[in-house]
Amino acid sequence: MAYSEKVIEHYQHPRNVGTLDPNDPNVGTGLVGAPECGDVMRLQLRINPETGMIEDAKFKTFGCGSAIASSSLATEMIKGKSVDEAYAIKNTVIVKELNLPPVKIHCSVLAEDAIKAAIEDFKKKRASATVEAEAVA
Amino acid sequence: MVKLPIYLDNNATTRMDERVFEAMRPYFIEYYGNAASRNHAFGWKAEEAVDWGRETIARSIGADPKEIVFTSGATESDNLAIKGIAEMYASKGDHIITLTTEHKAVLDTCKALERKGHRVSYLPVTREGFVDLDMLRDAITDKTVLVTIMHANNEVGVIQDLEAIGKLCHEKGVIFHTDSTQSVGKVPFDVQRMNVDLASISAHKIYGPKGVGALYVRKKNPRVKLASQMDGGGHERGMRSGTLNVPGIVGLAKAIEICIEDMESDTKRIQSMRDKMWMDFRAELDEIYINGPDPIDKPESRLPGNLNVSFAFVEGEALMMGIKDIAVSSGSACTSASLEPSYVLKALGVGEDLAHTSIRFGIGRFNTQEECDYTVKDVVQSVRHLREMSPLYEMAKAGIDLTKIEWAAH
Ligand SMILES: Cc1ncc(COP(=O)(O)O)c(C=O)c1O
Ligand code: FES
Repeated sequence: MAYSEKVIEHYQHPRNVGTLDPNDPNVGTGLVGAPECGDVMRLQLRINPETGMIEDAKFKTFGCGSAIASSSLATEMIKGKSVDEAYAIKNTVIVKELNLPPVKIHCSVLAEDAIKAAIEDFKKKRASATVEAEAVA
Repeated sequence: MVKLPIYLDNNATTRMDERVFEAMRPYFIEYYGNAASRNHAFGWKAEEAVDWGRETIARSIGADPKEIVFTSGATESDNLAIKGIAEMYASKGDHIITLTTEHKAVLDTCKALERKGHRVSYLPVTREGFVDLDMLRDAITDKTVLVTIMHANNEVGVIQDLEAIGKLCHEKGVIFHTDSTQSVGKVPFDVQRMNVDLASISAHKIYGPKGVGALYVRKKNPRVKLASQMDGGGHERGMRSGTLNVPGIVGLAKAIEICIEDMESDTKRIQSMRDKMWMDFRAELDEIYINGPDPIDKPESRLPGNLNVSFAFVEGEALMMGIKDIAVSSGSACTSASLEPSYVLKALGVGEDLAHTSIRFGIGRFNTQEECDYTVKDVVQSVRHLREMSPLYEMAKAGIDLTKIEWAAH
C-alpha cells in the first residue's frame, strides 16, 4: 500500500514530539491503545487556566506511519483551540486531511480518543484540585 | 554508491538467476513442443528436456527420477501430498499430525480436511521453533496416516531435525511429508538419509521461475501412493494431470543444479552477511531480540540468509516506512489485512507486543555486503528516530513495567 504524501511528511517531520510534565496541574495526559494491538498513543496538552485555551501539545506514538501522522496532526490541530473545541474534533477530519485508506481509519480514531482522554485527565485533575482547595478553605 | 531499492526479501521470492533464464529461453520460442507429443521432433525435444529436469532434480535430493511429480509450486505440492495421502489411506486411518508454525499451504489444507471429517493434531513448538520429538511420538496413534512437518520455516528460518523425525515416522509406520520449499538448494537435503516420503519443492525460492514446483513421492521402502487431485490427461503417472510446463521444469532443474553446485560458497557468503548484520544491530541498538534460533550459536539450525528481529517499542510497519528503499517483511499486524500479528511468532511464544515490532530480513545470492551495511545503517537510524517518538521506549527507559499498566485495549 502506498502512503499519502501528507502521511509521509508527518512521519518524516513529526510535529510536537515530546513530553510535558504529567504532574503539572495544567497538563492533561491521554494514553490510549495497547502494545498488544500494535498501537499506543500518548497525547499531552497544557491548558492556560485563565483563558481555557490549549497552549501546548506534545505526543509520542508507537504505531504505524498513519498512527504517527494522525497524532502529529492532532497536536497541530488542538494547539490554540479551547478545550471544548478540541474535544469536539472528529477522527473524520484527520482521515480527510491525511487521505487515510479504510484499513487505517482506526489509527485516526485512536488520535481522537487520545485528545479526549487528555482533556478528561485535565478536567479530573482540576476537579480534585478544587475539592482539595475547598477542603483547605 | 549502492543501488536502490535493495531487495532483502528472499524468503518471499528471489530474483531469477540469469543462468536459469538462459536455460529456459529456448523452450519458449524454439523447442515449444508438448512433452506428451510422442510422434514428432518437437515433442521429443520437450520430453528430453523434462527427462533431464527430472533426473537433475532427483539426483539433487537423493531420489529416483520416477519419484518426481511436477506441479505449479509448493502450494500445489503441499495440497497434493496431504490431500492425496488422506484420501488414499482413508481406510487405514483419519489422523494427521502437523505443526502450528507450518505455511498456510499446509495449515489451510489440513483445515480443509478437518471439515471433511479428518482429525488433525497441530503440535506446538519450542521457543526457538523446534518440534518436540517426544511430543510427536506421543501424538502418533494407530489411526495416524501422515506426519507433515516443514524442513525450514519461512519466517524464522528454524531448521527441523528431519533425520530424527523421519526415523520416528518410519519406526511407527507413518508416512512423512515435509514442506522443504525453503530448504532444498540452500541446505543439505536427502530423502534417503532423512527418511522423507514426500517433499514439496518450489522454483521461485531458489532463483528459479514462479509457478513451477515438484513433489517427491517415495516409490519404495515404503511405496507411497497418492490420490490425484487434478483430473485430466493422466500426466505424471496419473498423479498430476496437465500439460507439463517445460520451460518451468527446465528452470526448476537448472536452479537446483546451480544451488547444489554453489551451495558451499553461497552459504558461506550469505551466512557471513547475515551474521554480521545481526552483530551490527546488536552493537548499535539495545532492546532487540532474535526470533528463532540464535544465528551465531546455532548456525546449523537456521536458514543461512534468514534474520528475524524484534526491535522492541518500534512498530514494524512504521519501521518499514522508514527504510522504504529496502524490501523486507514484517510480522506486525499493521502490514497484514487481518490485523493479527504473525501466527508463527505467536507459536514461538513471542508476545504480541514484540511480534508487532518484528522484521524479517532475507539475504540471498545476489545481495552484497555493501547492501547489508547500508541496511544496517538505515534500520538503526529509523529505529532511533521512531524510539524517540515511542511512548513505550520512554516508559521502559524510565523503569516503568509495561506489563503492569492497564491498557485501554480496543
Ligand atoms: C514454506 C513454504 N511453503 C509453501 C510456500 C508456497 O510456495 P509457492 O509459492 O510455490 O506455492 C512457500 C512460499 O510462499 C513457503 O515458504
Ligand atoms: S497502528 Fe496498526 S494500523 Fe495503524
